[in-house]
Amino acid sequence: MRAQTLSEKIFSRKLGQQVRAGQTVLAEVDWILSHDTTTPLAIQSYEKLKQADFHAEKVILVFDHIVPAPHPQGAALHRRIFKFAQEQGISHLHYGEGICHQLLAELGYVTPGALIIGADSHTCTAGAFGAFATGMGSTDIAVAWATGQSWFRVPETIRVEVRGALPAYLGPKDLILQIVKQVGTTGAAYRALEFGGPTIDAFDMPQRMTLCNLAIEMGGKAGLIAADRATLDYLRPRVSAGMYGQTPLQSLYPDPGAHYEQVLGVDATALVPQVALPHGLEETVDVDQVAGLKLDQVFIGTCTNGRFEDFQMAAQILASHTVAPNLRLICTPASREVYLQMIKSGVAETLLRAGALLTNPGCGPCLGRHQGVLAEGERCLSTMNRNFRGRMGSPQAEIYLAGPAVAAASAIKGVISDPREV
Amino acid sequence: MGRAWLFGSNVNTDVITPGRYNLTTDPAEMARFCFCEVRPEFPKQVKPGDFIVAGEHFGSGSSRESAPLAIQACGICAVIAPSFARIFYRNAINVGLALCLTPTQGIQDGDELEWNKERGLIVNLTQGIEFPIEKLPDFVLAIRRAGGIIAYLNQHGSRLPEIK
Ligand code: SF4
Repeated sequence: MRAQTLSEKIFSRKLGQQVRAGQTVLAEVDWILSHDTTTPLAIQSYEKLKQADFHAEKVILVFDHIVPAPHPQGAALHRRIFKFAQEQGISHLHYGEGICHQLLAELGYVTPGALIIGADSHTCTAGAFGAFATGMGSTDIAVAWATGQSWFRVPETIRVEVRGALPAYLGPKDLILQIVKQVGTTGAAYRALEFGGPTIDAFDMPQRMTLCNLAIEMGGKAGLIAADRATLDYLRPRVSAGMYGQTPLQSLYPDPGAHYEQVLGVDATALVPQVALPHGLEETVDVDQVAGLKLDQVFIGTCTNGRFEDFQMAAQILASHTVAPNLRLICTPASREVYLQMIKSGVAETLLRAGALLTNPGCGPCLGRHQGVLAEGERCLSTMNRNFRGRMGSPQAEIYLAGPAVAAASAIKGVISDPREV
Repeated sequence: MGRAWLFGSNVNTDVITPGRYNLTTDPAEMARFCFCEVRPEFPKQVKPGDFIVAGEHFGSGSSRESAPLAIQACGICAVIAPSFARIFYRNAINVGLALCLTPTQGIQDGDELEWNKERGLIVNLTQGIEFPIEKLPDFVLAIRRAGGIIAYLNQHGSRLPEIK
Protein backbone atom coordinates (compact mmCIF):
# COMPACT_ATOMS: atom_id res chain seq x y z
CA MET A 1 0.00 0.00 0.00
CA ARG A 2 1.11 3.48 -0.81
CA ALA A 3 2.16 5.58 2.18
CA GLN A 4 -0.58 8.09 3.05
CA THR A 5 -0.96 11.47 4.68
CA LEU A 6 -3.62 11.85 7.38
CA SER A 7 -6.04 13.35 4.85
CA GLU A 8 -5.51 10.55 2.32
CA LYS A 9 -5.95 7.98 5.04
CA ILE A 10 -9.20 9.43 6.31
CA PHE A 11 -10.75 9.65 2.83
CA SER A 12 -9.49 6.19 1.88
CA ARG A 13 -11.12 4.68 4.95
CA LYS A 14 -14.37 6.52 4.33
CA LEU A 15 -14.55 5.37 0.73
CA GLY A 16 -13.22 1.86 1.28
CA GLN A 17 -10.62 2.31 -1.43
CA GLN A 18 -7.27 4.03 -1.72
CA VAL A 19 -7.56 7.61 -2.81
CA ARG A 20 -4.75 10.06 -3.23
CA ALA A 21 -4.30 13.80 -3.15
CA GLY A 22 -5.78 15.50 -6.19
CA GLN A 23 -8.73 13.13 -6.59
CA THR A 24 -12.24 14.51 -6.25
CA VAL A 25 -14.64 12.26 -4.37
CA LEU A 26 -18.19 12.11 -3.12
CA ALA A 27 -18.22 10.96 0.52
CA GLU A 28 -20.62 10.30 3.37
CA VAL A 29 -19.98 12.80 6.13
CA ASP A 30 -20.17 12.03 9.85
CA TRP A 31 -21.25 15.39 11.19
CA ILE A 32 -22.83 18.45 9.63
CA LEU A 33 -22.30 21.53 11.78
CA SER A 34 -23.80 24.98 11.50
CA HIS A 35 -24.43 27.90 13.84
CA ASP A 36 -26.88 30.68 14.42
CA THR A 37 -25.61 32.95 11.68
CA THR A 38 -25.09 30.36 8.94
CA THR A 39 -28.08 28.09 9.63
CA PRO A 40 -30.80 30.50 8.42
CA LEU A 41 -29.35 30.56 4.89
CA ALA A 42 -28.98 26.78 4.99
CA ILE A 43 -32.66 26.49 5.89
CA GLN A 44 -33.52 28.82 3.02
CA SER A 45 -31.58 26.62 0.59
CA TYR A 46 -32.98 23.40 2.05
CA GLU A 47 -36.53 24.65 1.72
CA LYS A 48 -35.99 25.21 -2.01
CA LEU A 49 -35.42 21.48 -2.50
CA LYS A 50 -38.51 19.90 -3.99
CA GLN A 51 -38.13 16.58 -2.27
CA ALA A 52 -35.42 15.77 0.20
CA ASP A 53 -34.52 13.51 3.06
CA PHE A 54 -33.19 14.97 6.24
CA HIS A 55 -30.24 13.31 7.98
CA ALA A 56 -31.13 14.64 11.42
CA GLU A 57 -28.83 12.17 13.17
CA LYS A 58 -25.78 13.89 11.63
CA VAL A 59 -26.85 17.44 12.25
CA ILE A 60 -25.40 19.65 14.98
CA LEU A 61 -26.84 23.13 15.48
CA VAL A 62 -25.08 25.57 17.77
CA PHE A 63 -26.22 29.02 18.88
CA ASP A 64 -22.95 30.76 19.68
CA HIS A 65 -22.39 33.80 17.48
CA ILE A 66 -25.01 36.16 18.83
CA VAL A 67 -26.24 34.67 22.11
CA PRO A 68 -28.30 35.89 23.78
CA ALA A 69 -29.75 37.76 20.82
CA PRO A 70 -28.66 41.41 20.90
CA HIS A 71 -31.46 42.76 18.70
CA PRO A 72 -34.84 41.80 17.22
CA GLN A 73 -33.32 40.67 13.89
CA GLY A 74 -31.00 38.28 15.72
CA ALA A 75 -33.83 37.00 17.85
CA ALA A 76 -35.91 36.41 14.73
CA LEU A 77 -33.10 34.37 13.13
CA HIS A 78 -32.91 32.31 16.31
CA ARG A 79 -36.66 31.66 16.28
CA ARG A 80 -36.46 30.51 12.70
CA ILE A 81 -33.75 27.98 13.58
CA PHE A 82 -35.60 26.69 16.65
CA LYS A 83 -38.73 26.16 14.59
CA PHE A 84 -36.83 24.28 11.89
CA ALA A 85 -35.00 22.15 14.48
CA GLN A 86 -38.30 21.14 15.98
CA GLU A 87 -39.87 20.32 12.63
CA GLN A 88 -36.89 18.21 11.58
CA GLY A 89 -36.38 16.53 14.93
CA ILE A 90 -32.81 17.73 15.46
CA SER A 91 -31.60 16.66 18.86
CA HIS A 92 -27.98 17.89 18.76
CA LEU A 93 -28.97 21.45 19.58
CA HIS A 94 -26.87 23.71 21.80
CA TYR A 95 -27.95 27.18 22.84
CA GLY A 96 -25.45 29.37 24.67
CA GLU A 97 -23.33 26.42 25.76
CA GLY A 98 -20.27 27.59 23.92
CA ILE A 99 -18.57 28.05 20.57
CA CYS A 100 -19.39 25.30 18.08
CA HIS A 101 -15.75 24.25 17.58
CA GLN A 102 -15.20 23.95 21.32
CA LEU A 103 -18.39 21.93 21.76
CA LEU A 104 -17.44 19.46 19.00
CA ALA A 105 -14.42 18.58 21.13
CA GLU A 106 -15.84 18.86 24.63
CA LEU A 107 -19.00 16.94 23.94
CA GLY A 108 -17.07 14.19 22.16
CA TYR A 109 -18.64 14.64 18.74
CA VAL A 110 -15.26 14.65 17.02
CA THR A 111 -13.36 11.38 16.83
CA PRO A 112 -10.18 10.41 14.99
CA GLY A 113 -10.88 9.60 11.35
CA ALA A 114 -14.23 11.38 11.28
CA LEU A 115 -15.29 13.47 8.29
CA ILE A 116 -16.87 16.70 9.47
CA ILE A 117 -18.20 19.64 7.52
CA GLY A 118 -19.34 22.89 9.07
CA ALA A 119 -20.81 26.15 7.92
CA ASP A 120 -18.01 28.02 9.59
CA SER A 121 -14.52 28.50 8.27
CA HIS A 122 -12.89 27.52 11.57
CA THR A 123 -14.36 24.02 11.42
CA CYS A 124 -10.73 23.09 10.71
CA THR A 125 -10.19 23.27 14.51
CA ALA A 126 -11.48 19.69 14.89
CA GLY A 127 -8.50 18.46 12.89
CA ALA A 128 -6.60 18.61 16.18
CA PHE A 129 -8.24 15.24 16.93
CA GLY A 130 -7.10 13.51 13.74
CA ALA A 131 -10.38 14.19 11.97
CA PHE A 132 -10.83 15.74 8.54
CA ALA A 133 -12.89 18.81 9.28
CA THR A 134 -13.48 21.62 6.86
CA GLY A 135 -15.58 24.74 6.46
CA MET A 136 -18.21 25.20 3.79
CA GLY A 137 -21.09 27.52 3.04
CA SER A 138 -24.72 27.25 3.97
CA THR A 139 -25.93 25.64 0.74
CA ASP A 140 -23.29 22.88 1.00
CA ILE A 141 -24.66 22.27 4.48
CA ALA A 142 -28.24 22.14 3.20
CA VAL A 143 -27.19 19.63 0.52
CA ALA A 144 -25.48 17.48 3.14
CA TRP A 145 -28.59 17.62 5.37
CA ALA A 146 -30.53 16.25 2.42
CA THR A 147 -28.06 13.71 1.03
CA GLY A 148 -25.74 12.92 3.94
CA GLN A 149 -22.91 13.54 1.48
CA SER A 150 -20.59 16.15 0.14
CA TRP A 151 -17.91 16.37 -2.55
CA PHE A 152 -14.27 16.88 -1.70
CA ARG A 153 -11.02 17.25 -3.51
CA VAL A 154 -8.54 15.23 -1.45
CA PRO A 155 -5.95 17.89 -0.70
CA GLU A 156 -2.21 17.91 -1.04
CA THR A 157 -0.52 18.33 2.32
CA ILE A 158 2.02 20.72 3.77
CA ARG A 159 3.73 19.12 6.75
CA VAL A 160 4.85 21.42 9.58
CA GLU A 161 7.44 19.81 11.87
CA VAL A 162 7.94 21.58 15.18
CA ARG A 163 10.71 20.81 17.62
CA GLY A 164 11.92 22.33 20.89
CA ALA A 165 9.95 23.47 23.93
CA LEU A 166 8.12 26.80 23.99
CA PRO A 167 9.80 29.36 26.29
CA ALA A 168 7.94 30.65 29.37
CA TYR A 169 4.90 32.88 28.65
CA LEU A 170 4.75 31.65 25.08
CA GLY A 171 1.96 29.51 23.76
CA PRO A 172 0.62 27.84 20.63
CA LYS A 173 -0.73 31.19 19.38
CA ASP A 174 2.79 32.62 19.11
CA LEU A 175 3.83 29.46 17.31
CA ILE A 176 0.97 29.47 14.82
CA LEU A 177 1.35 33.21 14.10
CA GLN A 178 4.97 32.44 13.30
CA ILE A 179 3.89 29.57 11.03
CA VAL A 180 1.34 31.81 9.24
CA LYS A 181 4.17 34.26 8.66
CA GLN A 182 6.26 31.56 7.02
CA VAL A 183 3.50 29.88 5.00
CA GLY A 184 1.70 33.11 4.07
CA THR A 185 -2.02 33.89 4.18
CA THR A 186 -2.66 32.04 0.93
CA GLY A 187 0.28 29.65 1.04
CA ALA A 188 -1.83 26.67 2.04
CA ALA A 189 -4.75 27.41 -0.29
CA TYR A 190 -6.64 24.22 -1.21
CA ARG A 191 -4.17 22.22 0.87
CA ALA A 192 -4.21 20.48 4.20
CA LEU A 193 -1.68 21.35 6.87
CA GLU A 194 -0.37 18.53 9.00
CA PHE A 195 1.30 19.56 12.26
CA GLY A 196 3.73 17.16 13.91
CA GLY A 197 7.07 16.72 15.59
CA PRO A 198 8.14 16.46 19.24
CA THR A 199 6.67 19.84 20.27
CA ILE A 200 3.23 18.93 18.95
CA ASP A 201 3.42 15.46 20.48
CA ALA A 202 3.93 17.14 23.85
CA PHE A 203 1.04 19.60 23.35
CA ASP A 204 -2.26 19.01 25.13
CA MET A 205 -5.53 19.13 23.19
CA PRO A 206 -6.34 22.80 23.86
CA GLN A 207 -2.91 23.77 22.49
CA ARG A 208 -3.38 21.59 19.43
CA MET A 209 -6.79 23.14 18.79
CA THR A 210 -5.26 26.63 18.71
CA LEU A 211 -2.86 25.48 15.98
CA CYS A 212 -5.46 23.81 13.77
CA ASN A 213 -7.84 26.75 14.28
CA LEU A 214 -5.62 29.00 12.17
CA ALA A 215 -5.19 26.59 9.24
CA ILE A 216 -7.82 28.58 7.33
CA GLU A 217 -5.85 31.79 7.87
CA MET A 218 -3.25 30.29 5.51
CA GLY A 219 -6.01 29.45 3.05
CA GLY A 220 -5.88 25.84 4.29
CA LYS A 221 -8.71 23.41 3.77
CA ALA A 222 -7.93 21.51 6.95
CA GLY A 223 -5.35 21.42 9.72
CA LEU A 224 -4.61 17.96 11.06
CA ILE A 225 -2.68 16.41 13.92
CA ALA A 226 -2.23 12.68 14.44
CA ALA A 227 -4.54 11.14 17.04
CA ASP A 228 -2.34 9.76 19.81
CA ARG A 229 -2.68 8.87 23.49
CA ALA A 230 -3.38 12.46 24.49
CA THR A 231 -6.23 12.59 21.95
CA LEU A 232 -7.80 9.37 23.14
CA ASP A 233 -7.38 10.29 26.83
CA TYR A 234 -9.17 13.58 26.21
CA LEU A 235 -12.01 12.02 24.24
CA ARG A 236 -12.64 8.80 26.14
CA PRO A 237 -14.70 10.28 28.99
CA ARG A 238 -16.51 12.56 26.57
CA VAL A 239 -17.65 10.22 23.86
CA SER A 240 -21.01 8.79 24.78
CA ALA A 241 -21.48 5.27 23.52
CA GLY A 242 -23.52 4.70 20.42
CA MET A 243 -23.82 8.28 19.29
CA TYR A 244 -24.27 8.42 15.54
CA GLY A 245 -21.25 8.94 13.37
CA GLN A 246 -18.72 7.85 15.87
CA THR A 247 -16.11 5.58 14.56
CA PRO A 248 -14.50 3.55 17.36
CA LEU A 249 -11.88 5.51 19.26
CA GLN A 250 -8.56 4.65 17.68
CA SER A 251 -5.28 6.38 17.25
CA LEU A 252 -4.46 7.59 13.75
CA TYR A 253 -1.07 8.48 12.32
CA PRO A 254 0.17 9.41 8.88
CA ASP A 255 2.35 6.76 7.24
CA PRO A 256 6.10 7.22 7.32
CA GLY A 257 7.13 8.11 3.79
CA ALA A 258 3.82 9.78 2.92
CA HIS A 259 4.10 12.33 0.16
CA TYR A 260 4.15 15.95 1.28
CA GLU A 261 4.09 18.85 -1.10
CA GLN A 262 6.32 20.75 1.28
CA VAL A 263 7.87 20.15 4.71
CA LEU A 264 8.45 23.12 6.94
CA GLY A 265 10.67 22.94 10.03
CA VAL A 266 10.07 25.28 12.98
CA ASP A 267 12.18 25.62 16.11
CA ALA A 268 9.96 26.60 19.06
CA THR A 269 12.81 27.40 21.44
CA ALA A 270 13.80 30.51 19.48
CA LEU A 271 10.30 32.00 19.53
CA VAL A 272 9.37 35.32 21.13
CA PRO A 273 5.80 36.63 21.66
CA GLN A 274 4.16 37.46 18.34
CA VAL A 275 1.67 40.18 17.41
CA ALA A 276 -0.20 40.36 14.08
CA LEU A 277 -0.76 43.89 12.82
CA PRO A 278 -3.99 45.23 11.32
CA HIS A 279 -5.73 44.45 8.93
CA GLY A 280 -4.73 40.89 8.12
CA LEU A 281 -2.29 38.21 9.15
CA GLU A 282 0.21 39.14 6.47
CA GLU A 283 2.30 41.08 8.89
CA THR A 284 3.28 39.58 12.23
CA VAL A 285 6.07 41.05 14.33
CA ASP A 286 7.91 40.36 17.57
CA VAL A 287 6.09 42.07 20.43
CA ASP A 288 8.89 44.57 21.07
CA GLN A 289 8.24 46.17 17.69
CA VAL A 290 4.77 47.33 18.71
CA ALA A 291 5.25 47.52 22.49
CA GLY A 292 3.96 50.81 23.88
CA LEU A 293 1.03 51.23 21.47
CA LYS A 294 -1.95 52.50 23.45
CA LEU A 295 -5.00 50.23 23.64
CA ASP A 296 -8.70 50.86 24.28
CA GLN A 297 -9.77 47.25 24.56
CA VAL A 298 -8.26 43.84 25.20
CA PHE A 299 -10.29 40.76 24.35
CA ILE A 300 -9.47 37.25 25.54
CA GLY A 301 -11.62 34.48 24.17
CA THR A 302 -12.80 32.79 20.91
CA CYS A 303 -12.32 29.37 19.38
CA THR A 304 -8.63 30.25 19.12
CA ASN A 305 -7.79 31.18 22.70
CA GLY A 306 -10.90 31.01 24.88
CA ARG A 307 -10.08 27.81 26.70
CA PHE A 308 -9.38 27.33 30.40
CA GLU A 309 -5.61 27.17 29.91
CA ASP A 310 -5.72 30.56 28.15
CA PHE A 311 -7.57 32.22 31.03
CA GLN A 312 -5.33 30.49 33.53
CA MET A 313 -2.32 32.04 31.79
CA ALA A 314 -4.04 35.43 31.79
CA ALA A 315 -4.98 35.12 35.48
CA GLN A 316 -1.44 34.19 36.42
CA ILE A 317 -0.24 37.46 34.91
CA LEU A 318 -3.15 39.58 36.14
CA ALA A 319 -3.06 38.28 39.74
CA SER A 320 -2.39 41.16 42.16
CA HIS A 321 -2.60 43.65 39.28
CA THR A 322 -5.47 45.69 37.93
CA VAL A 323 -6.58 46.53 34.45
CA ALA A 324 -5.26 49.92 33.27
CA PRO A 325 -7.63 52.88 33.63
CA ASN A 326 -9.75 53.60 30.54
CA LEU A 327 -9.11 50.13 29.14
CA ARG A 328 -11.77 47.48 28.76
CA LEU A 329 -10.68 43.89 29.33
CA ILE A 330 -13.35 41.55 27.99
CA CYS A 331 -13.08 37.82 28.75
CA THR A 332 -15.39 35.40 26.96
CA PRO A 333 -15.07 31.70 27.85
CA ALA A 334 -15.30 29.37 24.86
CA SER A 335 -17.84 27.19 26.65
CA ARG A 336 -19.86 26.58 29.77
CA GLU A 337 -17.35 23.92 30.79
CA VAL A 338 -14.53 26.45 30.50
CA TYR A 339 -16.60 28.94 32.50
CA LEU A 340 -17.22 26.41 35.27
CA GLN A 341 -13.54 25.50 35.41
CA MET A 342 -12.72 29.18 35.70
CA ILE A 343 -15.11 29.52 38.62
CA LYS A 344 -13.97 26.38 40.44
CA SER A 345 -10.27 27.13 40.07
CA GLY A 346 -10.52 30.75 41.17
CA VAL A 347 -9.41 32.02 37.74
CA ALA A 348 -12.74 33.80 37.27
CA GLU A 349 -12.34 35.59 40.60
CA THR A 350 -8.78 36.68 39.80
CA LEU A 351 -9.86 38.11 36.46
CA LEU A 352 -12.92 39.85 37.91
CA ARG A 353 -10.96 41.36 40.80
CA ALA A 354 -8.40 42.65 38.32
CA GLY A 355 -11.22 44.49 36.58
CA ALA A 356 -12.12 42.17 33.73
CA LEU A 357 -15.57 42.00 32.25
CA LEU A 358 -16.62 38.35 32.05
CA THR A 359 -19.31 37.58 29.47
CA ASN A 360 -21.38 34.46 28.85
CA PRO A 361 -19.76 31.72 26.74
CA GLY A 362 -19.86 32.15 22.97
CA CYS A 363 -18.10 34.09 20.24
CA GLY A 364 -18.43 37.32 22.22
CA PRO A 365 -17.16 40.41 20.40
CA CYS A 366 -15.19 38.34 17.85
CA LEU A 367 -17.45 39.23 14.95
CA GLY A 368 -18.35 42.76 15.88
CA ARG A 369 -22.01 42.36 16.67
CA HIS A 370 -22.25 42.66 20.43
CA GLN A 371 -20.45 42.55 23.77
CA GLY A 372 -17.59 44.88 22.91
CA VAL A 373 -17.94 46.50 19.51
CA LEU A 374 -15.16 48.97 18.63
CA ALA A 375 -15.67 52.65 17.85
CA GLU A 376 -13.96 54.57 15.09
CA GLY A 377 -10.33 55.25 15.97
CA GLU A 378 -10.18 52.62 18.72
CA ARG A 379 -7.42 50.06 19.04
CA CYS A 380 -7.94 46.54 20.36
CA LEU A 381 -5.62 43.67 21.10
CA SER A 382 -7.44 40.37 20.77
CA THR A 383 -6.65 36.67 21.10
CA MET A 384 -8.88 35.81 18.15
CA ASN A 385 -7.79 34.57 14.74
CA ARG A 386 -8.84 37.35 12.39
CA ASN A 387 -8.04 41.05 12.40
CA PHE A 388 -9.76 41.98 9.17
CA ARG A 389 -10.88 45.58 8.79
CA GLY A 390 -14.24 46.12 10.42
CA ARG A 391 -14.28 42.69 12.02
CA MET A 392 -15.02 44.00 15.53
CA GLY A 393 -17.08 47.04 14.63
CA SER A 394 -15.95 50.25 12.98
CA PRO A 395 -13.75 49.80 9.91
CA GLN A 396 -11.76 52.71 11.32
CA ALA A 397 -10.75 50.63 14.35
CA GLU A 398 -7.51 48.62 14.57
CA ILE A 399 -7.22 45.01 15.72
CA TYR A 400 -3.93 43.46 16.82
CA LEU A 401 -3.76 39.71 17.40
CA ALA A 402 -1.71 37.92 20.05
CA GLY A 403 -1.83 35.14 22.63
CA PRO A 404 -3.38 35.39 26.10
CA ALA A 405 -0.10 36.26 27.84
CA VAL A 406 0.49 39.34 25.70
CA ALA A 407 -3.19 40.22 26.11
CA ALA A 408 -3.05 40.05 29.92
CA ALA A 409 0.21 41.99 30.17
CA SER A 410 -1.15 44.64 27.79
CA ALA A 411 -4.37 44.94 29.81
CA ILE A 412 -2.33 45.79 32.91
CA LYS A 413 -0.15 48.37 31.20
CA GLY A 414 -2.78 49.85 28.88
CA VAL A 415 -0.32 49.55 26.03
CA ILE A 416 0.92 46.55 24.03
CA SER A 417 3.39 44.84 26.37
CA ASP A 418 5.74 41.90 26.57
CA PRO A 419 4.44 39.44 29.18
CA ARG A 420 7.98 38.52 30.12
CA GLU A 421 8.52 42.04 31.41
CA VAL A 422 5.37 42.49 33.52
CA MET B 1 -20.92 43.37 -21.93
CA GLY B 2 -20.24 45.23 -18.75
CA ARG B 3 -17.70 47.27 -16.89
CA ALA B 4 -14.86 45.92 -14.79
CA TRP B 5 -14.90 46.67 -11.07
CA LEU B 6 -11.31 46.19 -10.02
CA PHE B 7 -10.32 44.79 -6.62
CA GLY B 8 -6.99 43.66 -5.24
CA SER B 9 -5.65 40.33 -4.01
CA ASN B 10 -6.92 38.29 -1.08
CA VAL B 11 -10.22 40.20 -0.83
CA ASN B 12 -11.92 38.69 2.22
CA THR B 13 -15.60 38.07 2.87
CA ASP B 14 -15.65 40.68 5.67
CA VAL B 15 -14.93 43.18 2.90
CA ILE B 16 -17.56 41.76 0.54
CA THR B 17 -20.35 41.60 3.12
CA PRO B 18 -19.27 43.10 6.47
CA GLY B 19 -20.34 40.94 9.40
CA ARG B 20 -22.36 43.49 11.26
CA TYR B 21 -24.77 44.03 8.36
CA ASN B 22 -25.10 40.35 7.84
CA LEU B 23 -28.42 39.79 9.54
CA THR B 24 -30.64 39.03 6.64
CA THR B 25 -31.35 36.08 4.39
CA ASP B 26 -32.64 38.34 1.61
CA PRO B 27 -30.06 38.64 -1.22
CA ALA B 28 -31.52 41.98 -2.39
CA GLU B 29 -30.80 43.43 1.02
CA MET B 30 -27.31 41.91 1.04
CA ALA B 31 -26.63 43.60 -2.29
CA ARG B 32 -27.15 46.97 -0.65
CA PHE B 33 -24.08 46.61 1.58
CA CYS B 34 -21.88 44.67 -0.84
CA PHE B 35 -18.36 46.22 -0.69
CA CYS B 36 -19.95 49.23 1.06
CA GLU B 37 -16.86 50.03 3.10
CA VAL B 38 -14.05 49.74 0.57
CA ARG B 39 -16.06 51.13 -2.36
CA PRO B 40 -19.20 52.85 -1.10
CA GLU B 41 -20.20 53.72 -4.66
CA PHE B 42 -20.22 50.05 -5.72
CA PRO B 43 -23.69 49.00 -4.51
CA LYS B 44 -25.18 52.20 -5.91
CA GLN B 45 -23.55 52.23 -9.33
CA VAL B 46 -23.09 48.55 -10.22
CA LYS B 47 -25.19 47.46 -13.20
CA PRO B 48 -26.45 44.07 -14.29
CA GLY B 49 -23.85 42.48 -16.56
CA ASP B 50 -20.84 44.12 -14.85
CA PHE B 51 -17.81 42.09 -13.81
CA ILE B 52 -15.76 41.92 -10.64
CA VAL B 53 -12.07 41.60 -11.48
CA ALA B 54 -9.71 40.64 -8.68
CA GLY B 55 -6.27 39.32 -7.81
CA GLU B 56 -5.35 36.00 -6.20
CA HIS B 57 -7.46 34.18 -3.58
CA PHE B 58 -10.66 36.17 -3.94
CA GLY B 59 -13.18 35.54 -1.15
CA SER B 60 -10.91 34.45 1.67
CA GLY B 61 -11.96 34.38 5.31
CA SER B 62 -15.30 33.30 6.68
CA SER B 63 -17.69 30.79 5.19
CA ARG B 64 -20.49 33.32 4.81
CA GLU B 65 -22.59 32.63 1.77
CA SER B 66 -23.87 36.18 1.82
CA ALA B 67 -20.69 37.08 -0.10
CA PRO B 68 -21.54 35.34 -3.41
CA LEU B 69 -25.26 35.94 -2.87
CA ALA B 70 -24.74 39.68 -2.53
CA ILE B 71 -22.48 39.80 -5.59
CA GLN B 72 -25.03 37.82 -7.55
CA ALA B 73 -27.90 40.03 -6.41
CA CYS B 74 -25.93 43.06 -7.63
CA GLY B 75 -26.30 41.57 -11.10
CA ILE B 76 -22.62 40.75 -11.54
CA CYS B 77 -22.18 38.57 -14.63
CA ALA B 78 -19.03 36.81 -13.37
CA VAL B 79 -16.16 37.23 -10.96
CA ILE B 80 -12.85 37.06 -12.80
CA ALA B 81 -9.71 36.17 -10.83
CA PRO B 82 -6.59 34.01 -11.17
CA SER B 83 -7.63 32.02 -8.07
CA PHE B 84 -10.40 31.85 -5.49
CA ALA B 85 -10.47 30.97 -1.81
CA ARG B 86 -11.97 27.51 -1.66
CA ILE B 87 -15.06 28.10 0.48
CA PHE B 88 -16.00 31.07 -1.71
CA TYR B 89 -15.40 28.94 -4.81
CA ARG B 90 -17.80 26.26 -3.55
CA ASN B 91 -20.37 28.79 -2.42
CA ALA B 92 -20.33 30.57 -5.76
CA ILE B 93 -20.82 27.30 -7.65
CA ASN B 94 -23.61 26.29 -5.31
CA VAL B 95 -25.57 29.50 -5.63
CA GLY B 96 -24.97 29.71 -9.38
CA LEU B 97 -22.62 32.71 -9.48
CA ALA B 98 -20.23 32.34 -12.42
CA LEU B 99 -16.48 32.40 -11.76
CA CYS B 100 -13.86 32.80 -14.46
CA LEU B 101 -10.35 31.61 -13.70
CA THR B 102 -7.86 33.67 -15.63
CA PRO B 103 -4.96 36.05 -14.99
CA THR B 104 -6.27 39.57 -14.60
CA GLN B 105 -3.17 41.76 -14.87
CA GLY B 106 -3.61 44.70 -17.14
CA ILE B 107 -7.37 44.99 -16.71
CA GLN B 108 -8.17 48.54 -15.55
CA ASP B 109 -11.07 49.64 -13.43
CA GLY B 110 -13.86 50.68 -15.76
CA ASP B 111 -12.70 48.64 -18.77
CA GLU B 112 -15.52 47.21 -20.87
CA LEU B 113 -15.42 43.42 -20.81
CA GLU B 114 -17.28 40.69 -22.57
CA TRP B 115 -17.47 37.00 -21.71
CA ASN B 116 -17.42 34.92 -24.87
CA LYS B 117 -18.81 31.66 -23.51
CA GLU B 118 -18.50 29.74 -26.76
CA ARG B 119 -14.80 30.39 -27.12
CA GLY B 120 -14.06 30.39 -23.38
CA LEU B 121 -12.61 33.88 -23.40
CA ILE B 122 -12.79 37.16 -21.58
CA VAL B 123 -12.54 39.95 -24.11
CA ASN B 124 -11.29 43.32 -22.92
CA LEU B 125 -13.08 45.60 -25.40
CA THR B 126 -11.42 48.75 -24.09
CA GLN B 127 -7.91 47.43 -24.59
CA GLY B 128 -8.57 44.99 -27.39
CA ILE B 129 -7.08 41.99 -25.54
CA GLU B 130 -8.46 38.47 -25.00
CA PHE B 131 -7.87 36.18 -22.03
CA PRO B 132 -8.51 32.44 -22.20
CA ILE B 133 -10.49 31.06 -19.23
CA GLU B 134 -9.37 27.90 -17.47
CA LYS B 135 -11.91 25.11 -17.85
CA LEU B 136 -13.67 24.05 -14.64
CA PRO B 137 -14.32 20.37 -13.81
CA ASP B 138 -17.31 18.80 -15.57
CA PHE B 139 -19.42 18.31 -12.48
CA VAL B 140 -18.89 21.95 -11.55
CA LEU B 141 -20.05 22.99 -15.01
CA ALA B 142 -23.06 20.68 -14.68
CA ILE B 143 -24.03 22.50 -11.47
CA ARG B 144 -23.51 25.87 -13.15
CA ARG B 145 -25.64 24.88 -16.13
CA ALA B 146 -28.45 23.86 -13.80
CA GLY B 147 -28.28 27.25 -12.08
CA GLY B 148 -26.74 26.12 -8.81
CA ILE B 149 -26.70 22.98 -6.73
CA ILE B 150 -30.24 23.23 -5.38
CA ALA B 151 -31.59 23.56 -8.91
CA TYR B 152 -29.35 20.67 -9.95
CA LEU B 153 -30.77 18.40 -7.24
CA ASN B 154 -34.30 19.40 -8.17
CA GLN B 155 -33.64 18.54 -11.81
CA HIS B 156 -31.87 15.25 -11.06
CA GLY B 157 -34.03 13.46 -8.51
CA SER B 158 -32.06 14.73 -5.49
CA ARG B 159 -28.84 13.07 -6.64
CA LEU B 160 -25.52 14.85 -6.63
CA PRO B 161 -23.61 14.99 -9.93
CA GLU B 162 -21.35 12.11 -10.73
CA ILE B 163 -17.67 12.76 -10.28
CA LYS B 164 -15.31 11.12 -12.73
S1 SF4 C 1 -15.10 32.70 18.09
FE1 SF4 C 1 -14.88 34.06 16.32
S2 SF4 C 1 -13.71 32.87 14.84
FE2 SF4 C 1 -14.46 31.43 16.36
S3 SF4 C 1 -16.40 30.65 15.54
FE3 SF4 C 1 -16.89 32.42 16.82
S4 SF4 C 1 -16.94 34.17 15.43
FE4 SF4 C 1 -15.86 32.50 14.37
